[in-house]
Amino acid sequence: MSEGIIQPDRPEDIDGEGKDLFSKFDDMIALREGILATGVEDPFNLVMEKVLSPTRAICNGRDTILLGTYNYMGMTFDPDVVEAGRQALSDFGSGTTGSRVLNGTYQGHKEVEQALMDFYAMDHAMVFSTGYQANLGIISTIAGKGDYIVLDIDSHASIWDGCAMGNAEVVPFKHNDIEAMEKRLKRIPEGAGKLVVLEGVYSMLGDIAPLKEMVAVAKKYGAMVLVDEAHSMGFIGENGRGVVEQAGVIDDVDFIIGTFSKSVGTVGGFCVSNHPKFEIMRLVCRPYVFTASLPPSVVATAETSIRKLMRGSNKRAHLWENSKTLHKGLRELGFQLGTAEPQSAIIAVIMPDLEQGAAMWEALIKGGLYVNLARPPATPANMTLLRCSLCAEHSEEEVREILGIFEAAGKAVGII
Amino acid sequence: MDRSAVDTKIRELAESFNKKGVTITENTTFANDLEFDSLTVMDFVAEIEDEFDIIISMNQQAEIENYGQLVDAVTKLQAD
Repeated sequence: MSEGIIQPDRPEDIDGEGKDLFSKFDDMIALREGILATGVEDPFNLVMEKVLSPTRAICNGRDTILLGTYNYMGMTFDPDVVEAGRQALSDFGSGTTGSRVLNGTYQGHKEVEQALMDFYAMDHAMVFSTGYQANLGIISTIAGKGDYIVLDIDSHASIWDGCAMGNAEVVPFKHNDIEAMEKRLKRIPEGAGKLVVLEGVYSMLGDIAPLKEMVAVAKKYGAMVLVDEAHSMGFIGENGRGVVEQAGVIDDVDFIIGTFSKSVGTVGGFCVSNHPKFEIMRLVCRPYVFTASLPPSVVATAETSIRKLMRGSNKRAHLWENSKTLHKGLRELGFQLGTAEPQSAIIAVIMPDLEQGAAMWEALIKGGLYVNLARPPATPANMTLLRCSLCAEHSEEEVREILGIFEAAGKAVGII
Repeated sequence: MDRSAVDTKIRELAESFNKKGVTITENTTFANDLEFDSLTVMDFVAEIEDEFDIIISMNQQAEIENYGQLVDAVTKLQAD
């Protein structure tokens, strides 16, 4: 679950309603107009006029603390990262203008794949142009007709779309429910191929999956396991390899999917694996083949950033401190949170309803704080959430300031 | 289990989800008549799957629009 503003991650069929192909969106248009008619600042049309640092920007004309980006490790302005990009831009030009399998593989693409193999200590790494395409490509390619995909109902849109693009039988189970997952695996006909798809951190509530138990169950039934670690790279697990590492199951997982657009601080996606036949993916995976590769500057910044994240234990520790301080502070102020303890760098504040959620979001942005407003149907159990994602570059003082803005806004709106 | 036994069992399971007490016929649709949202569908399907020890994949669910089609599908699945 994730960034879908007025649509769920799991795709819905919308029936046609006549000649104008846009008629089917009339309900959504009305919904959006309804929110704006109340006079609130549009939560989904924010413009950052100037970005001052990983944690500060000028948003809609105001100096704002950023608490709703996925810049967890604050790498976007790292001087080494920026310099690597600048150098590659000069040396290799602005873009590759081609597919990875034709003219689009430069030295930098091989180097960033080597950095990923080193980071995860795995045999193979394949870089895609976005994280969305990594899930789309791997899932739709490996699970074919007659195979079964067993996945968590709260999976990200890229996972659902990967399922929809392939021909496998798709079997969802209740969020983080080990027993529900096992029941479904048990019922799959003998001899069928099975892929279990899980996420390390679920981005709506910031909760983690019980991977130790789930991976063991998947293996018991002979399933291959793919784990999306988009929201954990760099700071969960001893080497920042994710919840799979923290849970001690990284060697039992067949595929890890990740992204450059969060902790790494640029854009792109990847899959790492120890499967001996993995390299064939480069020739058969359509979202890898039929699109242009990442620009040289992007892969250069990614490689530099990944190698720095390997030595990022101090930043990692500070990010956890920030997460704990904010979680404790918000709880003490009387806000209802998505998890009882902080499990990741995402802290979800549960709003009583959409109206108060939108009012609270507006009070925060006017107070100089940006968070994500997440609303049904993109959220689990139809909740309205203010999602806060912390950065290792938030100072202690900024976290205190954030709590102050939350307190003032919460009192003004009447939530606390 | 024959079709009418499957029908009786599913009717029983549907009761707690049928909040508005809609009279269920073979042609009753889940989306329009019963107004099931995706979360309700998931819970309802999970209960049927557990009761009959079957899998109704999303691909199969996509083909099921009304109550009669559901009973047909479950009758077939549990016999296989």
